[in-house]
Amino acid sequence: MTGSLPFDPRVLRAPHPVPGAPDNWKRFFGFNTDAKVIGIQYMVVSLFFLLVGGLLAMIMRGELITPPSDLVDPTVYNGLYTMHGTVMLFLFLFPILNGFNNLLIPPMIGAPDMAFPRLNAAAFWLVPVFGVLLMASFIVPGGPSSSGWWAYPPVSTQNPLGHLINGQFLWILAVAISGVSSIMGAINFTTTILRMRAPGMTFFRMPIFCWTAAAAQTIQLIGLPSLTGGAIMLLFDLSFGTSFFKPEGGGDPMLYQHFFWFYSHPAVYVMVLPVFGIFSELLPVYARKPLFGYKVVALASFGITFLGLIVWVHHMFYSGTPQWMRNLFMVTTMLIAVPTGIKVFAWLGTLWRGKLRLTTPMMFCLGGIVNFIFAGITGVMLATVPIDIHVGNTYFVVGHFHYVIFCTITFGVFAAIYHWFPKFTGRMFYEPLGQLHFWLTFIGSALNFLPMHWAGLMGMPRRVASYDPEFALSNVLASLGAFLLGVAIIPFLLNMVSSWARGPRAPANPWNAIGLEWLLPSPPPAENFEHDVPTVIAAPYGYGLGKPLVADQDRFIARSEEV
Amino acid sequence: MTTAQPAAPSPANAEHPHGGYNLTGFIIFLCSESIIFLAFFAGFTVLKLSSPIWLPEGVEGLEVRMPLINTIILVSSSFVAVLAEKALHRRALWAFRGWWLLTMVMGAYFVYGQYVEWSELAFGLGSGVFGSTFYLLTGFHGLHVITGILLMGLMLLRSFRPGNYNGGEAGVASVSLFWHFVDVIWIILFLLIYVWQRH
Repeated sequence: MTGSLPFDPRVLRAPHPVPGAPDNWKRFFGFNTDAKVIGIQYMVVSLFFLLVGGLLAMIMRGELITPPSDLVDPTVYNGLYTMHGTVMLFLFLFPILNGFNNLLIPPMIGAPDMAFPRLNAAAFWLVPVFGVLLMASFIVPGGPSSSGWWAYPPVSTQNPLGHLINGQFLWILAVAISGVSSIMGAINFTTTILRMRAPGMTFFRMPIFCWTAAAAQTIQLIGLPSLTGGAIMLLFDLSFGTSFFKPEGGGDPMLYQHFFWFYSHPAVYVMVLPVFGIFSELLPVYARKPLFGYKVVALASFGITFLGLIVWVHHMFYSGTPQWMRNLFMVTTMLIAVPTGIKVFAWLGTLWRGKLRLTTPMMFCLGGIVNFIFAGITGVMLATVPIDIHVGNTYFVVGHFHYVIFCTITFGVFAAIYHWFPKFTGRMFYEPLGQLHFWLTFIGSALNFLPMHWAGLMGMPRRVASYDPEFALSNVLASLGAFLLGVAIIPFLLNMVSSWARGPRAPANPWNAIGLEWLLPSPPPAENFEHDVPTVIAAPYGYGLGKPLVADQDRFIARSEEV
Repeated sequence: MTTAQPAAPSPANAEHPHGGYNLTGFIIFLCSESIIFLAFFAGFTVLKLSSPIWLPEGVEGLEVRMPLINTIILVSSSFVAVLAEKALHRRALWAFRGWWLLTMVMGAYFVYGQYVEWSELAFGLGSGVFGSTFYLLTGFHGLHVITGILLMGLMLLRSFRPGNYNGGEAGVASVSLFWHFVDVIWIILFLLIYVWQRH
């Protein structure tokens, strides 16, 4: 619209977007302390690693399309699944959710930025550091870590080639640095939510995304040090001759499993809680109804945090755990179904008799919820000791886990990307490509992960490069699904890149949503509301109630549309 | 991690000083950091209770006298740090610097005592699970003591900057809190490693 204006060169080099001026792309490549820049940096880096992790997965599925191991060597296959898991968790999901935290928390609570902007930038720049470390393990002698993403000793304390710098060493180092980065982020997000809310925004006027982010980051603060502690001990066992986990020196390999799962089980909640927040944000917008049971949904997040910290032994039912401990953790694990069930019912209650708009973000939301219900059912099955003893370490677990991590969490991530894309880029995406992306992803994921359950129930073990021909049908279907998912990412990337570059300009509130972030122009200015922060006078999600969210709302709406 | 005090505000956040949040952030950090020690303590306890072999051959146990003196010095240094903080509240800058420096010296003596103890021990990192846990716990704690001394040195230098305390004393308060934290950890560690020696 204003393309013909002659721009001051200082404007073109500005560290923040200047309304109407061409964007300064260089700000995304340096140490920038603006939470919105950091958020986009997180998103782009993690989407790159989604492609890396996806490529590893497709090589694995290519190997598994035929029963014998013919495409890659079994040793290489071990490295592939280890790196696929590690990349997807530590370099795709954690960073991308931190990206959402950075983009969404300050505008949603009316803060200008994070509480510690430089700590925030430092936390982001650790991600490429451990990303490079992890990728470097492909070129060291002996190849990358091959002990699975949980790195159980004694497998993970083997160093047959005797090099100090080996794949396992780099893996532990990368996980430890990732932990430091996550703790820095967690301190930042919790402090921001505790101390920087807009006037009038009490805890029970806070959007659910902020509640779930706070609940997730609390898990990081409590659980992550345990993994870091275990990783330090493992590193010493591997490289410096200690015997924490070596029975021959008096150590105990089970101790590592406790350290690992005390964090790594709740880590799933760290990833799924913000996605619950995303579902809770998006459903009211596209159903035009207030969120059903807002307060209970908010509190259920912390219910999940609390319960999530006392369930970890269910990963160790078949590790020689005493029966009383199995029973105890079976009960706590099943209790998790209560707060998550509350959330699912609240979403269904929100949808009930709503006026649904089936846009791309809404489709991903609905797809994610359907998949999550399925994942929850198999989750309760796996929590049952007698079932877990039989299907533990089979493809049933792989199927369940991917229904959570891909079919729920990644669906939520895509929903959120589409939903807030106009807000943070100032451009609309192309809806038909988004729908294509959804349907390819939905069909691909069902084709990929559903047959794994059957293979698992029939007894196909996970983490093997070759298998009995009786499992062939499930595996062929799963492989075709995986390749379909690989194709599905193409319309997504095409849409994002071309829409950001050439898409039509987005209005301040394209979805007619209620929330502080929608009272800002698209894209929001560097410090959001700056000094003129609106005073919140109502609970969020007042759809159809006709009451304003903030005092003097019309002025803020007019100002957001001025640009 | 020096979240304790912001340096000169950068242009981006000059209008919004974030100083008020530093203590909140630091307390959250300490809570999280205490979990890693909790994990090590829990690991130590489990290994000690379940391990069939504990002391390596030729090792009778740990000498307690020197570490006890060390403990007394470290614990009293926490009270000296409180004196320093009180002096700072009164804006008695030189008294603050004196007490603060004394805290640092006592901390440094603790590290020296630890070094002497380590160099006289008959077992190493590789001497079974006993040596592993001993060096891990004392070493990880020692790293925290050294970090604390360095942070105190930083605060001491900053006290010479004119107008350093106009924006509050969150930096000194945070470092002092860190020092108390390191002390409490040492007391638990001393009880676990030196007092509870019977296997």
